Amino acid sequence: MKKRKLFTSAAVVLSTFLLLSGCGKGDSEGSGAKKSVELLNVSYDPTRELYQEYNKEFAKHWKEETGQKVTIKQSHGGSGSQARSVIDGLEADVVTLALAYDIDAIADQKLLNKDWINRFDDNSAPYTSTIVFLVRKGNPKGIKDWDDLTKKGVSVITPNPKTSGGARWNYLAAWGYALQKNNNDEEKAKQFVKDLYKNVEVLDSGARGATTTFVEKGIGDVLIAWENEALLSLKELGKDKFEIVNPSVSILAEPNVAVVDSVAKKKGTTKVAEAYLKYLYSDVGQEIAAKNYYRPRNKEIAAKYKDQFPDIKLFTIDDVFGSWRDTQEKHFNDGGVFDQIYSK
Amino acid sequence: MKKKYKKKNVLPGFGLSLGITMLYMSLIVLIPLSMVFIESSQLGWHDFIKIVTSDRVFHAYKISFATAFVAALVNAVFGLLIAWVLVRYRFPGKRIIDGFIDLPFALPTAVAGITLTTLYGKDGWLGQFFSLFHIKIAFTPIGITIALMFIGLPFVVRMVQPVLENMEKEVEEAAASLGASKQQIFLKVIFPELLPPVLAGFSLAFARGLGEYGSVVFIAGNMPMKTEIAPFMIMSKLEQFDYAGATAIAVVMLVISFVCLIVINLLQKWSRKHEFQSE
Amino acid sequence: MTTDLVRQEVKSTDGIKHAKKEVNWTKYILMSLMFLYLVVFLLIPLVFIFVKAFEKGAEVYFAAITEPDALSAIKLTILVAIISVPLNVVFGIAAAWLITKFQFKGKQILLSLIELPFAVSPVIAGLVLVLFFGPRGVLGPFLDEFGLKIIFSVPGIIIATMFVTLPFVARELIPVMQAQGKTEEEAAISLGANGWQMFLRVTLPSIKWGLLYGMILCNARAIGEFGAVSVVSGHIRGETNTMPLHVEILYNEYQFSAAFAVASLMSLLALVTLLIKTWIEWRTEKH
Repeated sequence: MKKRKLFTSAAVVLSTFLLLSGCGKGDSEGSGAKKSVELLNVSYDPTRELYQEYNKEFAKHWKEETGQKVTIKQSHGGSGSQARSVIDGLEADVVTLALAYDIDAIADQKLLNKDWINRFDDNSAPYTSTIVFLVRKGNPKGIKDWDDLTKKGVSVITPNPKTSGGARWNYLAAWGYALQKNNNDEEKAKQFVKDLYKNVEVLDSGARGATTTFVEKGIGDVLIAWENEALLSLKELGKDKFEIVNPSVSILAEPNVAVVDSVAKKKGTTKVAEAYLKYLYSDVGQEIAAKNYYRPRNKEIAAKYKDQFPDIKLFTIDDVFGSWRDTQEKHFNDGGVFDQIYSK
Repeated sequence: MKKKYKKKNVLPGFGLSLGITMLYMSLIVLIPLSMVFIESSQLGWHDFIKIVTSDRVFHAYKISFATAFVAALVNAVFGLLIAWVLVRYRFPGKRIIDGFIDLPFALPTAVAGITLTTLYGKDGWLGQFFSLFHIKIAFTPIGITIALMFIGLPFVVRMVQPVLENMEKEVEEAAASLGASKQQIFLKVIFPELLPPVLAGFSLAFARGLGEYGSVVFIAGNMPMKTEIAPFMIMSKLEQFDYAGATAIAVVMLVISFVCLIVINLLQKWSRKHEFQSE
Repeated sequence: MTTDLVRQEVKSTDGIKHAKKEVNWTKYILMSLMFLYLVVFLLIPLVFIFVKAFEKGAEVYFAAITEPDALSAIKLTILVAIISVPLNVVFGIAAAWLITKFQFKGKQILLSLIELPFAVSPVIAGLVLVLFFGPRGVLGPFLDEFGLKIIFSVPGIIIATMFVTLPFVARELIPVMQAQGKTEEEAAISLGANGWQMFLRVTLPSIKWGLLYGMILCNARAIGEFGAVSVVSGHIRGETNTMPLHVEILYNEYQFSAAFAVASLMSLLALVTLLIKTWIEWRTEKH
C-alpha cells in the first residue's frame, strides 16, 4: 500500500518534469524548413537599437535575394554573461559581442573556429567605437584630457572591469594614454590608473548601469564611456544637460562578430548567418551602424558622418597590449594589475 | 527505531510525504546543488583554499555577513512589532497594510535596487535628508543594509502572524486574571511562544540577505574591499569564465548558510522544549 | 473557531480595569512605529514607482504594458506561476506534514535543507541549473539526444522559479502545524477516518490561513524572481523574457517610464492576490 503510494507520487513528479521539458521541444524544431528561417543573434547591451533597425533591413534584403523569409531573434545582456550563455547551450547562430576575448572563450569550447577573427574583414569588426568622456553641461570641472581625471576632487564613474566588457576598454584606454605619456614606463602607468580609480566612487556591474548612475542619479563629474553610449545618452536624455569631451588619445574599440559554426551547422543556417554578418559591411549596414553611433569602417560613409565622429588619435589593442588573451590575463584576471591597484 | 515510532504514531502518510519531499527536493534542489561541489572539486585543495581565503573574497564575505545580520536583526524587531499590531489591533486600512507587507517579494529585485538607489542617492527623496547630516547611504554598507532590510521585511511578519493568530487567548486571560501585569504576560506567556517563529523569520531573512544580488548590486557601488558583496565575487569569477573559482566561493557560502540554518533550527527546537518543560 | 478568537480585540480581554489606559498607550506607540517603518520602507518606494510610471502620462503607461514584447512577458510570467505554485503547494504540505507529525532521524537537517533555496544566492541557483541541465552538464547530453531543451527555454525558467520558491509553503505551514499539535488528527484516525478524510476535514481547515499565506508569498516571489531566471533565460526577446527581465530591458533602453510602468503592474498583481485573500477571509467569516 505504502509502496504503491510512493510510486504514484514519484510518477506524478517525474511526469511533470517530462511535461515541462516537453514544452521546450517546439523551439528546436521547424528550423529545417526552406521557406522561412530563424536566426538568433546573441549580443551585448548597447547594440539593441542598432540591431533592431538592421534586422529589418537584412530581412528585406534576404527576401529579395533568395525569396526566403528570415526572422531574427535578439538577445542582449552583459557581453561576458552572453558569451557564457552561448557556451552553456544558448543556441546562437551569430554572436556580436563587445570584445574578442569573449568570442575567444566560445572558441575555446570548440563551438567555433579558433581563427574566427580572420573570417570577416577588419578583424571581424564591421563597426568600431572608442572611449570618450561625458561631462555635465558647461564642463564645470574643466575636464579636457585623461590627466584631469586623476585630479583631486573629480569624481569619476566607470563600470567594474571584472564584470563589464566596456569597462575593460575604459581601463585600457587610460593605460594606453599613460604609457604613451611616460615613454612606456609600466610602473608610471600603473600609478596613473591607480590615481584614476581612486577618484571612482561607484563601480557598476555593467556599462549601461554606469551610464544611468551618471545620467539619471546625477552622481559623479565625468563618465568614461563608449562613444556610442555617450552619443546615445545625449540623444535620449538631453543635449542641454551633458556634453562630450574627446580625450587627446584613446583606444580603438572593436566589437567583433562571428558565426557560431556548430550551432549554425546543426540548425542548417550557416549560409544565412554568414550573409547576415557580411551585410553589416554593405553600405546599408554601415549606414545603420553610423546612425546608431558606431564608427563605420567604410571610408565614404564615415566621411558623411564626420561631424558625429571627430578625429581622435586612436591606438589598437595590438599596438599596445598584444592579444586580448594576454591583456585579460595580465590586467583583469584575479591577482592582475586591476586587483593590485586596489590592494593597498 | 522505525518500529518504535510506528507503534506510537497512528497518523498516516509518512511514506507518501517522505516520498514526495525527498523526490522533489532531490530533483529541484539537491542534485543541481551538488553540481557546485563537483565543479569546484576540479580545483585542488590548495587552489580552493587560496581562492576562498583571498583578501578580496574575505572582505566580501565580511560585508555580506555584517549587512545581512544587521538587516535581519532590524527586521526581527520590526517584523514582530508589525505582526503584533496587525493581529491584535483593529484600525482602518488594516487589510491594505497587511497586503503591503508582501511588496518586497513581488517586486523584481532589480526594480527594488533601482528604486532604493534613486531614493537614497544624495539628491533622492530620502537621501537628501541624510546628506544634510553628511551621511551617505547609497554606495556604502548602509545602503546595502537598507536594500536587505527591504528584501527581508516580510519574512518575520509572515512567520509570526499565523502563530499569533492561532495563539490561545485563554492562557493570556488566565494569566491576567491571576494578576500578571502586561509586561509579565508578554515576557512570560507570549514571547516564548513567538520566539520560534521570530527566529525562523530572522534566519530566513539573514540567509536571503547573504545571497541577495539583484537589488544590492545597484546600491552597493561594488568598490573592492569596501562594498563588494560575496555574490558579486561569484559573478566576477564567472565573467572570467572561471567556473571552478566561482563555484568554490559558492560552496563556502552554501556551507556557511546551511550551518546557520541548522544552528537556528536547533535553537528553535531547544526553545520549544524549554518552554514545554517550564509549563 | 480560531478565527473568532482572533477577531476579539485586546480590549475585551482586559478583565482588569486599570490596565486599560496602559494598553492604549502601547497600542498607539506600536502603531505609530509600524506606520513610520512601513511608510519609509514600503510606501515611499511604491509611490516612487507609480510616480515614475506616470511621469510621461497615461498614454505612455498603457503603451508600455500593451506592447507585444510586454504582453508575451506577462503571459510567460503567468504561465510560470501557474505551474510552479501548485507543485510547491503539494510539496509544501507533504514536507510540513512529514516534519511536524513524525519523529525521525535527520529531521533538523531536512528542515534546513528545505530552507536552503532561500539561502542560496539566486546567481548560484541559476548557475547550478545551467551546470546540471546544460550541454556540459550531467543531464545535458542525454536531453540533447531527445531534442529536449531545458536551459534557455521555458522549462528552465519554470524549474529555476520552483527552486527559488520551494521553501515558501512549507516554511509557512510548519510553525502553524507545530502549534496545532497532532491530537485532533489522532482523534480523527481513531474514530475511523481514513487518511484523506482526516486531511480534508481536520488538517486542511486548521492550516488554511497558513497555506494561503504560503501560496501568496510563493506566487509573489514566482512572479518577481529575477536573479535565477536571468541566468537561465537566455534573454530572447518575445520568447524567454519574463516581466522582471522585461523591466530590466526597458530600463537599459532608457525607457524609464515604461520600465516603471511594468514594475507598477507587477506591484498591482501582488495587491490583487492580496485582495483575493481578503475576500476569501471575509467570505469564510460570514459562514
